[in-house]
Amino acid sequence: MSDVYAVSAAPHIKQKISVGSVMWQVVLALIPALLAGIFFFGIQSLVLTLYAVVAAVITEALIQKLRNVQVTISDGSAVVTGMLIAFNINTSSPWWLPVVGSVFAIAIGKQIFGGLGFNIFNPALLGRAFLVASWPTLMTAGWRATQPMSKIFQSSINGLQDLPSNVPAVVTSATPLGVAKALRDSTQVAPEIAETVMNSLSSTDTLQNLFWGNIGGVIGEVSVAALLIGAAYLAWKHIIEWRIPFSYIATVFVLTYIFGGINGLFSASIMLPVFHIFSGGLILGAFFMATDMVTSPVTKKGRLIFGIGCGILTVVIRLVGGYPEGVSYSIILMNIAVPLIDKYSLPKVFGEVKK
Amino acid sequence: MGLKTFPGGIHPHDAKNFSKDKAIEQMALPSKIVIPLSQHIGAPAKPIVKLGDEVLAGQLIAEAGGFVSIPMHASISGKVTKIGKFYHPTGTMLPGIEITSNGEDKWVELDDDKNYLDLDATEMKNRISAAGLCGMGGAGFPTHVKLSPPPDKPIDTVILNGVECEPYLNADYRIMLEQADEILAGLKIFMKITNAQKGMVGIEENKPAAIKHMKQLVKKEKDISVVGLKLKYPQGAEKQLIYAATKRRVPNKGGLPMDVKVVVQNVGTAIAAYEAVRFKKPLVDRVITVTGKIVKEPKNLKARIGTFYGDLLDFCNGTTEEIGKVISGGPMMGFAISTLDTPMTKGSSGLLLFNRQEAAKDDEHTCLRCARCVDICPMDLVPCLIANSVRYEDYDMAEKYGVMDCIKCGSCAYVCPSHIKLIQWIDIGKIKVSEKRVKK
Repeated sequence: MSDVYAVSAAPHIKQKISVGSVMWQVVLALIPALLAGIFFFGIQSLVLTLYAVVAAVITEALIQKLRNVQVTISDGSAVVTGMLIAFNINTSSPWWLPVVGSVFAIAIGKQIFGGLGFNIFNPALLGRAFLVASWPTLMTAGWRATQPMSKIFQSSINGLQDLPSNVPAVVTSATPLGVAKALRDSTQVAPEIAETVMNSLSSTDTLQNLFWGNIGGVIGEVSVAALLIGAAYLAWKHIIEWRIPFSYIATVFVLTYIFGGINGLFSASIMLPVFHIFSGGLILGAFFMATDMVTSPVTKKGRLIFGIGCGILTVVIRLVGGYPEGVSYSIILMNIAVPLIDKYSLPKVFGEVKK
Repeated sequence: MGLKTFPGGIHPHDAKNFSKDKAIEQMALPSKIVIPLSQHIGAPAKPIVKLGDEVLAGQLIAEAGGFVSIPMHASISGKVTKIGKFYHPTGTMLPGIEITSNGEDKWVELDDDKNYLDLDATEMKNRISAAGLCGMGGAGFPTHVKLSPPPDKPIDTVILNGVECEPYLNADYRIMLEQADEILAGLKIFMKITNAQKGMVGIEENKPAAIKHMKQLVKKEKDISVVGLKLKYPQGAEKQLIYAATKRRVPNKGGLPMDVKVVVQNVGTAIAAYEAVRFKKPLVDRVITVTGKIVKEPKNLKARIGTFYGDLLDFCNGTTEEIGKVISGGPMMGFAISTLDTPMTKGSSGLLLFNRQEAAKDDEHTCLRCARCVDICPMDLVPCLIANSVRYEDYDMAEKYGVMDCIKCGSCAYVCPSHIKLIQWIDIGKIKVSEKRVKK
């Protein structure tokens, strides 16, 4: 009788990839945006991000100890959640804000469902939603302008000098999306002035500032360019795929072009959709949050439906809802629909016989 | 060059270099062999010899157990020393016949029918059936059955599968370089039997020498072409090969190549068919790649059916370090076997040895729903959902997700970052769904 060898099911070779390698690559892809945050808002960006990350990791470890399961903090997924939480916070926030957000995200957003792979909602978005609901002023007001002072506000405000005093007050403390929102909602602004401001919002100047990151806002959303660098890396590594970001952004583009103007259908300039895409959390959301693998559909068709749904909800919230920004809520709402989307978007099997 | 391919698929490292340039070598005559009675899909063969019988190489020792079955022949001359259960490359113990060599290698008398191509189709098919041919690419479907489509399913194309997309293996590559004439003769036999107008040889781009050689050879054949295929796994899977070569899709839910007027045969089977029709030589030997990083001298061996894997490995001077895993076949779809006391069969294309490190098992993580498996599935299935429904014993759902359409190529498990044994779950699903169907 010769030696007996261990057997296992085929295949016997495997690609060198693991949950950890996927998550750490996402961390890597978020670094450019973090660097942009530090550049524009100062070192406080890094400090708050570290608070969020440490809180997320410790919470994950503690709960896994309590649940008596393997502690998996080395896989990097809690780090990703922590970073995304911090990315949704502005640098004038107190230190405990990202901490509370991370604890909630990991405990309620993730571990309560059974941990990574079982969560229904994107944990970071759930954490952000909790913070916005609990401390709305901290989360949405008092945003610092970027250090290399923002020309965009100057130009917007110049256009608003003749307005009733309450309008600029709103504008100066908000992001460009807040300006757009205020203009749409306010009945006191003369139409010509509103139009001038809208035009300045979607001017090349503004768009350039938005693209490079020269605007007020939260840590991680500041620079479209930095986010796109990270997204390109993930796409190159096949960790995110084009369907969700593309359908999401394309939907926002089309809908804001049709409905975004203040003088009825199709009254927006073609640059307005670009403004909508570059501002707020859309780029961060479309490439890093909506693509969260656990909480997005697995089927190819489903991913398109998911992206379109996120796009519709985002535009509805931005244009007619109560918030200037709707990315996180739209993704959370679509997260709920994922099992349903998967169920009705199963692919046609190769060679499927038509009945 | 306009390479053809199929949608989906993966790019594993092909690891062919270990034995790529090793010419086929004749394996030493083994002192003992075991002929398993099941080396194919279908009913096992029925033994017609008794313990103690003297047999010649090439002598019939077990007849076909039905139409979908094949006969077995002694591959060496000697004495029947045991009829019972033996280790089988699929990992179980199955009935077989053990023959101990008398060292003489005496053969039954063979013919040489020089005008073999003038034989009528039925006679050709009978000779193939009598020689015990089954697919030599791995699945092992009886060859004569594949060549007998019902009258309402005409065949217009025979595709020879020279893709060999399994990493490490070179058996098909070597025969395409060294026995191309015989392969072509076999293809002509298949075309005559099925009345097909067109013949194709599909070869992957990582075998440029084989493509060049075969192309040179078919230059004067107006009905036969060589199809260069992209390097992608599982390019050699039957349905994927047919699609790449003809753009035809074999229907799912049990559809067969004949439904799209195609018959696919392995290049090795073509040689066996040529030998069966011209010489009436039964299938008693084949080329097998013995390889792996730890094999001292990786080789492509022409060996008798029933030779123990251990003897093959000894002939390659064993391994340089401790063996971690023994695989019968390729690394993607081959079977890990527990012992080298396992005989090779007509479908054995490779013997692959891994060291401890290569055999290390990864811990399974929960599914991240990353959908990498969905993106590469060559059958357009959703492997992660199938595996999950089997895990939770919802076999109706698994069936709805198309578990029976899975070709078990293993691409999904290969790319899974959670290291989920998707094929294992899918296999369980297939068994449970079949059981359920039988009950109905």
